[in-house]
Amino acid sequence: MIPDVLTIMWKEWKEVLLQRSGMRRGWLNVLLMVAVFGVFLPLQAGKDWVTSPIVLGSWAWVPIMLVTNIIADSFAGERERHTLETLLASRLPDTAILLGKMLAAVAYAWGVTLASLTLGVITVNLAHWEGRLVMYSPHLIAGGIGISLLTAALAAGVGVLVSLRASTVRQAQQTLGMATLLVVWVPILAMGVLPASWQQAIGRGLQAADSISALLGAMLALAAVDVVLVAAARARFRRARLILD
Amino acid sequence: MSDLVIRTEELSRHFGSVRAVDSLSLEVPAGIVFGFLGPNGAGKTTTIRLLLGLLEPTGGRACVLGFDTRRESDRIREQCGALLEHSGLYERLSAEDNLEFYGRVWRMPPAERRKRTQELLAHLGLWERRHELVGTWSRGMKQKLALARALLHRPRLIFLDEPTAGLDPVGAVAVREDLARLTAREGVTVFLTTHNLAEAEKLCQQVGVIREGRLLAVGSPDELRTRTGAPRAQIVGRGFDERVLELLRARPEVTDVRLHDGQLSLELRGDGDTAPLVSLLVSVGAQVEEVRKGKASLEEVFLTLMEEER
Repeated sequence: MIPDVLTIMWKEWKEVLLQRSGMRRGWLNVLLMVAVFGVFLPLQAGKDWVTSPIVLGSWAWVPIMLVTNIIADSFAGERERHTLETLLASRLPDTAILLGKMLAAVAYAWGVTLASLTLGVITVNLAHWEGRLVMYSPHLIAGGIGISLLTAALAAGVGVLVSLRASTVRQAQQTLGMATLLVVWVPILAMGVLPASWQQAIGRGLQAADSISALLGAMLALAAVDVVLVAAARARFRRARLILD
Repeated sequence: MSDLVIRTEELSRHFGSVRAVDSLSLEVPAGIVFGFLGPNGAGKTTTIRLLLGLLEPTGGRACVLGFDTRRESDRIREQCGALLEHSGLYERLSAEDNLEFYGRVWRMPPAERRKRTQELLAHLGLWERRHELVGTWSRGMKQKLALARALLHRPRLIFLDEPTAGLDPVGAVAVREDLARLTAREGVTVFLTTHNLAEAEKLCQQVGVIREGRLLAVGSPDELRTRTGAPRAQIVGRGFDERVLELLRARPEVTDVRLHDGQLSLELRGDGDTAPLVSLLVSVGAQVEEVRKGKASLEEVFLTLMEEER
């Protein structure tokens, strides 16, 4: 099973790096993203990029953004380019195809995120040197690594479900774009319409909460959702249905 | 029974009220090229999907390489190759990467993958262009590469779904020649669907004719000709008037006579012996310059079967 998953990942990465251009251009795109998230944003944020818990937001949304760029193509792209049926006619097990595509997107996004955040701490230290090395706190590192992995898996789970159903990549991208907007904006808008007393109570609750427990709770909740999404994608993946769709 | 690679019994697949495959009973022996002929929408592609276990049958059963398509489709796909309706190539990858990917899929060791890739691409005249992106290639080259991909892991059986469809005549001939050469060399059994009868005539040792999901006839091209197409003769000469035609029509071995551009076309019964007819023509004063005998082409057989079915 693992060699089959790795085979699919190999092919997915090759395709991502060769998209509509050469391998050199593909790597350049990756480097550009690492430069934006690892140099440009940390330069703008300064020392806060390393010390503020707000940075966890970046650890969370950067992988989501990177995964959604790739995962929409996973099945809808194969269907649109007429390569899906040949892939399904091969000896690869269903789970290997599904996990290979999800893990390729997750590993790519997680890798770029970790590289960006490592570069970010170097950038902040070089640009804002104050006589001592500034580092993420151990809690921030552990939380960030976990959160970025889990949000990447979350985006991959939702994305693969959408891509399994979509007939074109564009349709999958549009649906995923809408889903991302809903996930990001609905909580913000909902907070805005709550009565002021409720908003204050929530704010007080967040301030009083033990940050480590809150982080662990969030990670557990994300992990549970990820497991449900993988199970749903596994249930949805039926060769006959994919061919007839 | 053991040398059968495909055996279906009353195999059916319905989509609502449409019977894409209807009670198909078929046996394909090992080591041959089997042609599955039929017009568009006859059920050829659905049959391949059923045999590969990609679709569940509505009724009946099928065994491929001794494995049941319902319960052991994974085992079937392990030992088969396929070039389906579309070439299924990754156009953003090079030809070499496409074969590398499918070599990994079939868990071929790296050294064997490289050797086999070189062997197949060189055989198909594509080795020098192996680093090019497949998206830049002509359709004929893509079909050749897809053929190489289907044969890469040395499968016992390959399914080819209209491999020359959409190619120009030169491309189709090239693919057909490569296909014949490669399959003969590899000793692989081929299940080939086509609506190109010349292709079937050239490549296939056995053919099955399907229409609206039902198998109309099966056998070697010669058997089908004998079964559905009478022997015929064309006689070139002079003096073929109405009286001569009447005399020929009266002969028991002649079933049909037509005169076109001074040339007689006869449809015959039995073994198609033309000597007595030539004697008759000469005896009534006609002059015979040339006699051409022949059997019905597979195309004529096919059209006859389609007509009978209506």
